[in-house]
Amino acid sequence: MKWDEFFVTGDPMIYGADVSIVLTMVGILFYLTKYKKWKWLWDEWLTTVDHKKLGIMYIVSAVLMLFRGGVDALLMRTQLAVPEAKFLDSQHYNEIFTTHGTIMIIFMAMPFLIGLINVVVPLQIGARDVAYPYLNAVSFWTFFIGAMLFNISFVIGGSPSAGWTSYMPLASNELSPGPGQNYYLLGLQIAGIGTLLTGINFLVTILKMRAPGMTLFRMPMFTWSSLVTMVIIIFAFPILTVALALMTFDRLFGSHFFTLQGAGMDMLWANLFWLWGHPEVYIVILPAFGMFSEIISTFSRKTLFGYKAMIWSMLLIAGYSFLVWVHHFFTMGSGALVNSVFSITTMAIGIPTGVKIFNWLFTMYRGKIQFTTPMLWSLGFIVNFVIGGVTGVMLAMAAADYQYHNTYFLVSHFHYVLIAGTVFACFAGLIYWYPKMFGYKLNERIGKWVFWIFTIGFNVCFFPQYFLGLDGMPRRVYTYSEESGWGPLNMVSTIGGFMMGIAFLVLVYNMYYSFRFAKRELTGDAWDGRTLEWSTPSAMPPFYNFAKIPEVTGLDHFWRQKQAGKVEKLTANELKPIHMPSNSGVPFIMASFFFVAGFGMVFDWMWMAIVGLIGVFGTLIYRSFEYDDGYYVSVEEIIETEKISK
Amino acid sequence: MMRRLKPFLPFGLMMAVFMLSGCSDMIVLDPKGPVGEEQKDLIMYSIWFMLFILLVVYALTAFIVYKYRDRKNHKGYDPDNEGSHLLETIWWIIPIIIVIALSIPTVKSIYSLEGPPEESKDQKPLVIHATSVNWKWVFTYPEQDIETVNYLHIPEDRPVLFKLTSADSMASFWVPQLGGQKYAMAGMETELYLQADEQGTYEGRNSNFTGEGFTDHTFDVMAMSDAEFEKWASETKAEAPELTKGQYDKLMLPGHVKEMTFSSTHLDWVDHSKNAEYALDARERLGYEEKIPHSRAAKEEKKKREEEMKKQEESESHGDSHAH
Repeated sequence: MKWDEFFVTGDPMIYGADVSIVLTMVGILFYLTKYKKWKWLWDEWLTTVDHKKLGIMYIVSAVLMLFRGGVDALLMRTQLAVPEAKFLDSQHYNEIFTTHGTIMIIFMAMPFLIGLINVVVPLQIGARDVAYPYLNAVSFWTFFIGAMLFNISFVIGGSPSAGWTSYMPLASNELSPGPGQNYYLLGLQIAGIGTLLTGINFLVTILKMRAPGMTLFRMPMFTWSSLVTMVIIIFAFPILTVALALMTFDRLFGSHFFTLQGAGMDMLWANLFWLWGHPEVYIVILPAFGMFSEIISTFSRKTLFGYKAMIWSMLLIAGYSFLVWVHHFFTMGSGALVNSVFSITTMAIGIPTGVKIFNWLFTMYRGKIQFTTPMLWSLGFIVNFVIGGVTGVMLAMAAADYQYHNTYFLVSHFHYVLIAGTVFACFAGLIYWYPKMFGYKLNERIGKWVFWIFTIGFNVCFFPQYFLGLDGMPRRVYTYSEESGWGPLNMVSTIGGFMMGIAFLVLVYNMYYSFRFAKRELTGDAWDGRTLEWSTPSAMPPFYNFAKIPEVTGLDHFWRQKQAGKVEKLTANELKPIHMPSNSGVPFIMASFFFVAGFGMVFDWMWMAIVGLIGVFGTLIYRSFEYDDGYYVSVEEIIETEKISK
Repeated sequence: MMRRLKPFLPFGLMMAVFMLSGCSDMIVLDPKGPVGEEQKDLIMYSIWFMLFILLVVYALTAFIVYKYRDRKNHKGYDPDNEGSHLLETIWWIIPIIIVIALSIPTVKSIYSLEGPPEESKDQKPLVIHATSVNWKWVFTYPEQDIETVNYLHIPEDRPVLFKLTSADSMASFWVPQLGGQKYAMAGMETELYLQADEQGTYEGRNSNFTGEGFTDHTFDVMAMSDAEFEKWASETKAEAPELTKGQYDKLMLPGHVKEMTFSSTHLDWVDHSKNAEYALDARERLGYEEKIPHSRAAKEEKKKREEEMKKQEESESHGDSHAH
């Protein structure tokens, strides 16, 4: 391998990125050393197994990835603002839309939601941590390392450029040689391990660790949606693992699963990809539905409307999610019967989704609606998501889809569901549970500005794209001619995109502003909430969450207790020592070996891959012989933490 | 009131823009043949349904959010109102009815688009093989025994049966004003019926991402009268140069070319729907190797490609035109 193939060269923007990456790293190292923070970093964060801290790290990583993916998006929008622009060349543009899609789905949306699930779900079910805290740390670190491996591609070796769907044979060695596509395969593979482990971990946590009295049908809706999501993850992710492995064999070891030669089947990749990929979109939307259910109910000061219908519709959606993947390639020529069947199953998903929309609306009916920022995002979700929903039904009609497929109509549709659904939920959930994580609320005034700028920008950006699609503009073109007439709407769209960028900056400013000036919460119940996570006495729950595990008597247990004026006060004599898991540095070290192995495979340096894999197995073996049963928190320490007067 | 309704303003405005702008400006909604016509009808049918759904949801949202906002003298608060069998049954049933109403015409259209258009069922369709090679289209007229690159001539009012395949990446053959697309895949053949009812030139393209040259992976379709088409075909057969294997192998290299015309076809020696490896073999024969993007070699090759394209354009402007 030559140097000009190892470092990406020739573009001033890339050099700028090189410099800023080096400067940032030097800055971080300097800060940690000067303020003697290394030990703090290791003890408090790198070795933690606390679900709340892992959740926060997930969310911080996701916000960073949102920035990265957002910059990608704005670069694309800049290039498309005017016809025949020369801002990016074709190869560069292709790399950017590939990384934008991959990062936003795999490294932004999923970790953001998993982060919130991590923070909230154990608290909502009255548990002290997840079922497998150590495994939870492995999940986070493999995700993080996978994300980092994928991200360095743009300065070292070059980014993948075959689209986030990586259709074969385009993504094969013959048509896309070099490390780029390998980064995609290895980055997703390593991060995928973490996701699958999360799926297992939270399934067991929710099924086995609920507080006494919390039957399945007394679980908060966000916990329910997380449970269903975990089931989808457990069924869907192995498909991705296998598909990625097969393509890795094709690229590194010369097999012919999907290649042009040796009777490979490129359609098989498309099928496997979407057999995972469609459930994947429900993995990122169901937790969003759960969050909106919580938020709408809280700020309407009212019980969720049609609780059971909400659960059944979610289960129905989860089942359907595995029966619709063919709608991603109606144009593959599968024949009339196949297309008809998948048209109908796809449209049928609209039924339970529609039911949910009406249930949310009727949760507000006869309520007392407070327009807090999380509630604004939820209302914005209903209004915007419906547009994504109805255009989804339009796309489901295969005969019409032949005209929408591969156009901006599709691009607009999936941004309307993924942004108005998932991203709105991430923002709403982050703001809603912010006091639980940091002990203070984000400023509401600035928050409302963020909401309005973002929502208006979002519509200005994506609504015109429906018309661009109907006017025949295909997705993934890096430029277009003046005569096409697509110029004006693209310009409008770009303006909207930059509005969303500004809103993101204001959001980050709000985090800084609130960190400095926000009033600190004195109780654990910042929003007059309904579910158990709000019942902890302190704003931020202690590391063991609950000094005494609550006993649940019904849905919205905490709210009903408050209504009845029967919130229990903790007394010293009912406390018992609490069993907690020990911190461990092994997950972080194991993930670092994964990085070595992944990097070696990306560049086809097998010696390095083998060293990395030996490290991975070494840490696994080490862990198997580690006899650590955790430790007990003494009653004295609990009394001190909870500030109980004796 | 206005303050609370603000969220709905942008959508109202945009809906208005959509309704006023007139759908016929957009090419998918301005079809020039029965296939596109059928798809347009289906699209418009669904749009009316969707606008109705949006209207219902927005009206309900506006009403509830306005009426039940937290304020002084708030009335009607009922914190334990947790469901209603009647209401929930209603909104299970209505979407089911809508899905049925949309499914029936959809399935009908899916089946009808598999064959030639109803109105010209009695005519024998013109068969054209369309083969995608990064980043050009090779069109073969087996009955006329001629071949074109990057442009198509078709007779109007007669169904055309496209037999689609690809020499390398998966492409999608799409002429929006004539009708929807279908994939072209190496080692496979898919079929697509289209028909033009009006004379004119329509833009066609590959709409499925195929790498660096994807944006210009386009072609023109010229629809003409039957007589004109027959004349063009026989002239081409008589006057255009023959396609040699060497020349065809060069077409297998990734890159763009100008329009070309030949009086023989590549089907004489290869059918890409049966042989997925031909293009890669040809590249090997010519000593071509795909370069790692960003490498110096890739940059040099890109430059070379651009120069060659320029040369082609120059030779064309010197009156060396093809039989169009």
